[in-house]
Amino acid sequence: MLRKDRWRLGIVFLVVVVALVAVFPVNGRIKLGLDLKGGAHIVLQAKGTPDNPVNEDSLARLLAVLRNRIDQYGVAEPVIQRQGKDRVIIDLPGVQDPEAALELIGKTALLEFRKVLEATQPVPPGPQRKNYGSDDEFNQAQKRWDAAKADIDAQRDSLKTKANPFEGIIVATDAEGRAFLLGKALVSGKHLKDAKTSYDNIGRPVVTLSFNSEGANLFDKATADNVGKQIAIVLDGLVVSAPVVQERISGGNAQISGRFSVPEAQRLAIMLRAGALPVAVDVIENRSVGPSLGADSIRSGLQAGLVGAVLVFLFMLLYYRFLGLAADCALAVAVLLLFAGMIAVKGTLTMPGIAGIVLTIGMAVDGNVLIYERMKEELRAGKTRLAAIDAGFRKALTTILDSNITTLIAAAVLYYFGSGPVRGFAVTLSIGIVASVFCNVVVTRALLQVFSGVRTQRS
Amino acid sequence: MKTTKIDFMGKRRFALLFSAIVILASLLLLMVRGLNLGIDFTGGNLVQVEFEKDVSVAEVRETLAKSNQGNAVIQAYNTKGVIIRIAADKEEDRKVLGETLKASFPGAKIVRFEKVGPVVGSELRREAVIALCIALVGILLYITVRFQFRFAVVSVLALLHDAIITLGAFSISGMEVSSTFIAAILTIVGYSLNDTIVVLDRVRENWKNIRSRGLLEVLNESVNETLSRTINTSLTTLLPVFALFFMGGPVVRPFSFAMLVGIVVGTYSSIFIAAALLAEWSIRSPQKV
Repeated sequence: MLRKDRWRLGIVFLVVVVALVAVFPVNGRIKLGLDLKGGAHIVLQAKGTPDNPVNEDSLARLLAVLRNRIDQYGVAEPVIQRQGKDRVIIDLPGVQDPEAALELIGKTALLEFRKVLEATQPVPPGPQRKNYGSDDEFNQAQKRWDAAKADIDAQRDSLKTKANPFEGIIVATDAEGRAFLLGKALVSGKHLKDAKTSYDNIGRPVVTLSFNSEGANLFDKATADNVGKQIAIVLDGLVVSAPVVQERISGGNAQISGRFSVPEAQRLAIMLRAGALPVAVDVIENRSVGPSLGADSIRSGLQAGLVGAVLVFLFMLLYYRFLGLAADCALAVAVLLLFAGMIAVKGTLTMPGIAGIVLTIGMAVDGNVLIYERMKEELRAGKTRLAAIDAGFRKALTTILDSNITTLIAAAVLYYFGSGPVRGFAVTLSIGIVASVFCNVVVTRALLQVFSGVRTQRS
Repeated sequence: MKTTKIDFMGKRRFALLFSAIVILASLLLLMVRGLNLGIDFTGGNLVQVEFEKDVSVAEVRETLAKSNQGNAVIQAYNTKGVIIRIAADKEEDRKVLGETLKASFPGAKIVRFEKVGPVVGSELRREAVIALCIALVGILLYITVRFQFRFAVVSVLALLHDAIITLGAFSISGMEVSSTFIAAILTIVGYSLNDTIVVLDRVRENWKNIRSRGLLEVLNESVNETLSRTINTSLTTLLPVFALFFMGGPVVRPFSFAMLVGIVVGTYSSIFIAAALLAEWSIRSPQKV
């Protein structure tokens, strides 16, 4: 080997050592995307109303409330960020029950206490065929039920016409179909100091509230004014319960008992503590992956990568023999550098990202093919081996750069426009391209010089 | 491998005609049959379910018919797993679907669900088109700077050729087009250019012989001289993509299918189409040498 070429070997040695230190042990060093480790990716669209528009202020408050709710729910490393003018992206890694998380995030949780002015009967449960002896009996029952329901619907509509002329008077229904005509909000969620779950005296889960001083005063007055009357507890426009006030309550504490399951009561308590969303939201995108599928994806991706690598390895070895061995070594270094690069830029590995790695394995030796074919031409033209190596690298270099830069352009566009998994692909592809160009022109060359130096000495 | 001496330029009209027919067929397919757009583009719900025992699509459909969801798109990706797509935009419908399946197939597990709103879908469609245009313009500019304008136009035409035929293949196969498909198309656009550049690079190098040998001879020589590397680079990339197609699982299968088609068509267009287009153009309006 020529003395002036030693620097190249030095660089390769240094880079490989640094990469090895960076990559091993690989566990936990590479950030996995939600599609690989499981979790939920949710995009919310804030819905403003003329009275309550979406603006900088309400969106900032929305983010704060969402963060508060998610922190209290207990998700490790959630990502909550705004997207554009009126959207919020939420990533919840490792969430076991995405449906529950969605309930927690998407509900406005606007709590109000309102006086009941009028109420209808509940809609009775519809008839079930199995409870009746014959089709005739069932049909008659069905007709009776239809009539009862139509009656209550009509009553609800008349309540609505009564409510219409008045500001702040609303009609709301409960889970059993009762319609309530409700007065103005007496106390609301913003007057809360705390909300907890506990159990009532017959063991049902309930949410206990404690009001702040203003809320305690309002609640005191509201109960004092309405002893013996009904006060409805309204959550997001639905009546949760409408208890009759037995006596004046001055301590600033109240209890919501509905038909909650324990997790539902817990979620409600979290939402009430964190506060209502300042604007309502729509879930416009939601992607949830269970942890088992993620593990499967990693396994099948690794298998495909290994098989692909072995095929490429054998092809190069069989077609280019000795030169192929050098290319295979360079390929191994390229994959190592790809992982080191992923760790260095803190890139997220996604399933399409794994596809990008597998693709890189195939594309990494392309440069070697270009160089080797060039070397063969130079040898055919009568150059010595060392001269052919030199010319092969020199003349193939621009072609390698040109062809890889166009792929980089595509990857950059993809990174800019893509989201989540696709972006992960753009990252691995870009790092893979840079790593393979380095391995083509520096690593392979150093290896060939070492090898041919050894050969020359032997002969 | 010795340098081959195949008369590509002599057969260039056949190649161009063949490609024109395939492109027309692809465009026709896209218009008549269209693409099987996934929920990323159309909006909707997707639920991936894994069962404990083997199930058939028909069994799943029968079960779903009980909850009036028999018209869902059901696709088995192996004997124990199906992907179900429903158009509904109500949260309830997805929950009903899950409960129906769990009730009829004990041990059934929902391993993935996705909901995409219609707004997001239409945004993705628009962004995909913009991304493709920007990538093409970027590549056009780069090649113009590095080579010359004609080479750039020829390369971009070859790229469009590859992209359109890949889209046609997707239309025939009925495979789902999702957001990763955009990644595949853009990668094909970037990668299939590699071989074209290798050929054009050689054309540029041999350009000096154009007075003595003539344009067609120079083009022919360039394609032949680079033939082994064009084929080998594609082959080495195809091998792992094959592995990905067969072993990579349902999420990346459409992606790897697109890459397979794109790489094969891209190699063909680098050998038969790029230089042929250059020849036709130069014959019609000769360039100063």
